[in-house]
Amino acid sequence: MDWLYILMPISGVNIFWPGLIILGLGVGIIGGFFGMGGAWMVTPGLNILGFPMAFAVGTDMAHMAGKSLISTLRHGKFGNVDYKLGLTMLVGTIVGVELGAQMLMWLERLGSVDKVVRWLYVVLLILMAWMVFHDVALRKKKEREAAARGEELSKTATGIDWASKLHAIRIPPMVHYHNAGIYCSMWLPVVMSLATGWLAGILGIGGGLIRMPALVYLVGCPTHVAVGTDLFEVAISGLYGAASFTFKGRVELVAALIMLVGAAVGAQIGAVATKYIKGYGIRIAFGTAVLGCLASVVLKLIQPMFPAYSSFINGLATVAVLGFVSGISLYIAVRMVQGAKAELAAKRAQQG
Amino acid sequence: MRKLWTCITGFALMFLLMAPSLAMAAKKAAANVVIVADTRRLDGILLWWAQMYNDSHAYFTVLTIIIIPITGCVFGMLADLVMSHIGIDLKHRELAEH
Repeated sequence: MDWLYILMPISGVNIFWPGLIILGLGVGIIGGFFGMGGAWMVTPGLNILGFPMAFAVGTDMAHMAGKSLISTLRHGKFGNVDYKLGLTMLVGTIVGVELGAQMLMWLERLGSVDKVVRWLYVVLLILMAWMVFHDVALRKKKEREAAARGEELSKTATGIDWASKLHAIRIPPMVHYHNAGIYCSMWLPVVMSLATGWLAGILGIGGGLIRMPALVYLVGCPTHVAVGTDLFEVAISGLYGAASFTFKGRVELVAALIMLVGAAVGAQIGAVATKYIKGYGIRIAFGTAVLGCLASVVLKLIQPMFPAYSSFINGLATVAVLGFVSGISLYIAVRMVQGAKAELAAKRAQQG
Repeated sequence: MRKLWTCITGFALMFLLMAPSLAMAAKKAAANVVIVADTRRLDGILLWWAQMYNDSHAYFTVLTIIIIPITGCVFGMLADLVMSHIGIDLKHRELAEH
């Protein structure tokens, strides 16, 4: 069975290459569907396959750039990418990530920041999960109230509506983002991207996980456009990250390319699935993915507190991450197949 | 809304003020990373690849950021071809939240 393993030229480790393709497929589906890079899934996955942590982070970054580009191309054809909004945010994202990374390095010089960063991550994930499920509950409440009045709630109505309050802050220049269908101050996406970029830099993540809900709840993008536009950002920031990590000698490009084979298929499945699932379906699935991420981070955090059960907790964290990746990607793939089948059947009925 | 913003601002300020002291309280050295590839077990294209990496990280970086987007575009177009053969409409979608 030696042919199933490949020696990685830079890191010098033997890797089970079908595992890389499967991992790429899973995160490709999830990334294309939610508009995120999925570092929280890929990094432990690569680590399990045998990569040292430093290489796992860098290789993930390199594969993320390619995978997000594939998803962006697909979402772009659906009209889900607001390039003007993406380019406006790019300035804030790059400056924010750099500020966050510099701050992290400054904190590292003072001592280890691992725990501080992980706890900050936990707080952030809890807030995000609360925001998503609170929004879903509010939307349902509005629906019930509308039904009681004998009306039907608009298809584009949302539960939480912070964005319209932020749109009311009219600091010039005011910009119309056509694909997103919003008219707001240019400073809103700039400040939002700066803040999310700073957080991503501090946490050492790509930022898609934070930016996608920020685009929905703060900038006011429709969910599908938030997913597509965020992927555009992830592709560019991923490429920047890949360059930075490659220069530091932390990228195994051969592994990233093998992963891209699976991710190319997965990204298409994930992106096409958004066509068949309504915005709130994406939001609920996203909230569930956040809970999966939260579970894995919390398990990693409590591991040192129980040294006797360390290996058990570590195993549980791995099972949690892989279970969520498999479960959610399977759900998305099934919904995509069901949607495609229904569409083809409707087409045939029209022709017949 | 105002309460939420107060909370968020409070958390951000607290983190900024507390982060250095929290970091100092948890001292641990950062792990070193080996940045030279071991070429003794390699041959063929992998050997050439690792030697190129050892020769110049800058050149290797430039090559990496060229290869990734090109590979992404090629794989994306291939997957696009397969998808379009299925017969589903890949250019339109309904924008609805619910």
